[in-house]
Amino acid sequence: MTINPLVLLTFFPLAGALLVVFLPAENRKTLRWTALGTSLVTFALSLWALSLYRVGEASMQLVINQPWFKIGSSQVSFIMGVDGISILLVLLTTFLTPISILSTWSAVQEHVKGFMLLFLLLESGMLGVFLALDLALFYIFWEFTLIPMIFLIGIWGGENKVYAAVKFFLFTMVGSVLMLLAILFLGLQAGTFSWMELAANRGLFAAAQIVLFLAFGVAFAIKVPMWPLHTWLPDAHVEAPTAGSVILAGVLLKMGAYGFLRFNLSLFPQATVQLAPWMAVLAIIGILYGAAVSYAQKDMKKLVAYSSVSHLGFVMLGIFALNFQGMSGAVLQMVNHGISTGALFLIVGMLYERRHTRALAEFGGVWKSMPVLGGIAMVVMLSSAGLPGLNGFVGEFTILLGAFGAKALGSPWFAGFATLGVILAAVYLLYWFEKVFFGAIHKEENRVLRDLNFREIITLTPLLIVIFWIGLYPKPFFNLINPGVEQLAALIQSAAVALH
Amino acid sequence: MNLTDLVTILPLAVLAVWATLLLLVDLWIPKDRKGITAVLAALGLALAMGLSLTRGQQPQQAFGGMVIVDGFAIFLDMIFLVSGLLSIALAHDYLKRMNLARGEYYALLLYAISGMILMTYAYDLIIVFLALELLSIPLYILSGFIRLNSRSEEAALKYFLLGAFSSGLVLYGVALIFGATARTDLPGILAAVQQASANPAMLLVGGALLLVGFSFKSAIVPFHEWVPDVYQGAPSSVTAFMSVGAKAAGFAALMRVFVTAFPTLSADFTPVLWGLSALTMIVGNVIALAQTNLKRLLAYSSIAQAGYLMMAFVPYAQGMVLSDTIAAMLFFLVGYMFTTLGAWAVVIAVEKAEGKGLEMTDYAGLGRRHPWLAAAMTLFMLSFIGVPPTLGFWGKFYLFRTAVEGGFTTLALLGLLASIFSAFYYFRVVVMMFMQTGKAEARRDPWLALTLGITSLGVIGFGLLPGSLLNLALQAVLKLL
Repeated sequence: MTINPLVLLTFFPLAGALLVVFLPAENRKTLRWTALGTSLVTFALSLWALSLYRVGEASMQLVINQPWFKIGSSQVSFIMGVDGISILLVLLTTFLTPISILSTWSAVQEHVKGFMLLFLLLESGMLGVFLALDLALFYIFWEFTLIPMIFLIGIWGGENKVYAAVKFFLFTMVGSVLMLLAILFLGLQAGTFSWMELAANRGLFAAAQIVLFLAFGVAFAIKVPMWPLHTWLPDAHVEAPTAGSVILAGVLLKMGAYGFLRFNLSLFPQATVQLAPWMAVLAIIGILYGAAVSYAQKDMKKLVAYSSVSHLGFVMLGIFALNFQGMSGAVLQMVNHGISTGALFLIVGMLYERRHTRALAEFGGVWKSMPVLGGIAMVVMLSSAGLPGLNGFVGEFTILLGAFGAKALGSPWFAGFATLGVILAAVYLLYWFEKVFFGAIHKEENRVLRDLNFREIITLTPLLIVIFWIGLYPKPFFNLINPGVEQLAALIQSAAVALH
Repeated sequence: MNLTDLVTILPLAVLAVWATLLLLVDLWIPKDRKGITAVLAALGLALAMGLSLTRGQQPQQAFGGMVIVDGFAIFLDMIFLVSGLLSIALAHDYLKRMNLARGEYYALLLYAISGMILMTYAYDLIIVFLALELLSIPLYILSGFIRLNSRSEEAALKYFLLGAFSSGLVLYGVALIFGATARTDLPGILAAVQQASANPAMLLVGGALLLVGFSFKSAIVPFHEWVPDVYQGAPSSVTAFMSVGAKAAGFAALMRVFVTAFPTLSADFTPVLWGLSALTMIVGNVIALAQTNLKRLLAYSSIAQAGYLMMAFVPYAQGMVLSDTIAAMLFFLVGYMFTTLGAWAVVIAVEKAEGKGLEMTDYAGLGRRHPWLAAAMTLFMLSFIGVPPTLGFWGKFYLFRTAVEGGFTTLALLGLLASIFSAFYYFRVVVMMFMQTGKAEARRDPWLALTLGITSLGVIGFGLLPGSLLNLALQAVLKLL
């Protein structure tokens, strides 16, 4: 029997976590290197999976399908597989995890063992979410990601950590329960929880599509988060430790958007077509609201958190444009946001480690003392703002192109309002950059700040490389994404035709 | 009575005799070495378990149809015996620490388990009553085991008074049923009803009295008032056992009696059972939210869990779903047993003498100082909430599903909402342990660690492979019918 690379990939961090359990708690160095090593091997495993992946095929690849147990007469199976929609998200996860772990070297000094343990568990859970193709299995991984994240926020978080952790828990829990109901309904109705078989037998639950779409949708919309279900996000981000914020923004939020693509669109295409304009309206509100609130923040982390609401609005708009361009832009933008916002959180974290404050008013003229950080931050900021030549532009432009010509939305105004969001993003990001790095030094502490050390530069460099890579030559990424998205767009197209 | 009768009930007979011998043997065991008594008691339980498991799986009647031994009974007996073994492991160090080490403790525990086993064998209302007394009286004494402690004495007295009251109700119900049908054996009652020779009104009142009596035992709202005080006052090791064993025995009796004798009364009973289930889930969960004492919190949580269990009972007369719903109940009970005993083991580890160390704030910082203990407690809290992949999730899942199959979707939704709501207070314990700083201290004891290991393994292991356990439960059911 050969070992399925996806299974190995998913459970390798878990094995690392087990190893961490048995290491002595005092030996922080060993703990950190074990966690980093595990996540690097996981990254290598994901590259191996990528090398086995046949680019250009739309079908699910590297599939493993083992019957697991039965619920009544419905079969639950252990099914995993990747396609164009998930492969990049898997890579994003394995890419960001070692970077996040590296960022904790000096930031996390207490209970290093618990931190590394939870972080590796979280990585397993996230990979499982993107790879699972059985709804029951997906749900288990989905819930499983929740628990480590709550502890990361609740133990290593800031002053208000308990409030943020509990809020995060309750929001996600309520969404999960609705999704669970929908999954059970589907599974018991169809006799299988397999995504492939359910997608092939959509007729069985055609009558309940709208309700099912909403049940799944609420769970995913909370995770994305879509306005008006976003209120947990700023709290969670502000309180979470830097590495937690990076993973939260970089990967966990993508789970929501991924869920829409994988389950809502492919299982309930007709409901998707019917509800698309409404979802797009929420996405637009999110884009504009997130941007406006972001501009008003005095805390840097809150600013970045609200910018996530705005950026994820773009992703959702791209998805619900329901055409090929919109969706492929959305998938790429998920990756872009993970990279850029992850980097922004790292930069904020590095500033915080030096000054122990995140208040904008405390900074100013930092470029003079930290030119390296200033230079990197400028690139990241411009990538997040969508400057041509950097990754954010490619994603946002493709999404806007898709939204402009979207038949499902029926009006170019959606794209018009979203473009306003691009301008607002430039406003708040430039405002942030100017406040922190330019101007005169008005606090003495900022004059003597130590610039980035070697480890911190190593942490940020991979992100910069990807920012330029996607910005200048996005073709390999689109090659990965496109076949899967094309197939999904064709499916939606036929559903729309059937509807009208 | 002949030899075959005795062979049929051999596990029970052995256990009862063993308990009696243990009382005698204990006289020669020195006061500071009561560990020997504990080991002997555990051996007795293990012996009964072996005898239960090796006997044939065919349903067998004995004593002229007064008792029946079948898959249903054996499955439940396993729950009682395993929880008995685990609670001995819980009790040994605890009793020593609290200055309560007396050999009678274990003998009384064995008697109570004998009563529970007899309850599952009962095929006649007289035996039901006999079993009820046999299981209750040792528990009254055990509740008051902390002599001279007013809380414990209050617990024993309260439990005894309400228990005596509920026994009276059961007995009166038996009398009325006998008056209505002239029978006390369960199949005979059904036959009398089917031949229309029974007095319907009297039968209904009799059945209702039985329901009320057992609702007291299983702590169904509004017959739950005694639970928090008794659970708080009794020694924690007793409470742990009681909250699993007594509750399961109450449900076993209800299930056996109502399914075998009263399927024809379902039109009258189903709405009542529906109401009781809903009320229990709501009241238990809502009041639990206001608790700051761990013992009281777990008491109300056990009330809420009884409400979920009651859900399995609502469609008791629907032949189509009956086997599913009984299997769901048995499955849930296994999850409830592991989760409850595990959670109580943590409470026992943290508890200090004289009722100290039971407040929520005493758990602050437990995650730092005793990470394994706190991790185990987290697992049990998640299992109580019903988060996959714990056993508690599958237990609730099968229960809710059979409720939907039986046509009680509203009730299942209510249960689901109650579960979400319960996350508030269960999660508070987790927050306290990991996210607050404090100086929580806990006892380290190998037997306690073993209990925690077994229960955690049960919650996770069966949670990952729920199919095998469900198959066992389904087999147990098929033999009942």
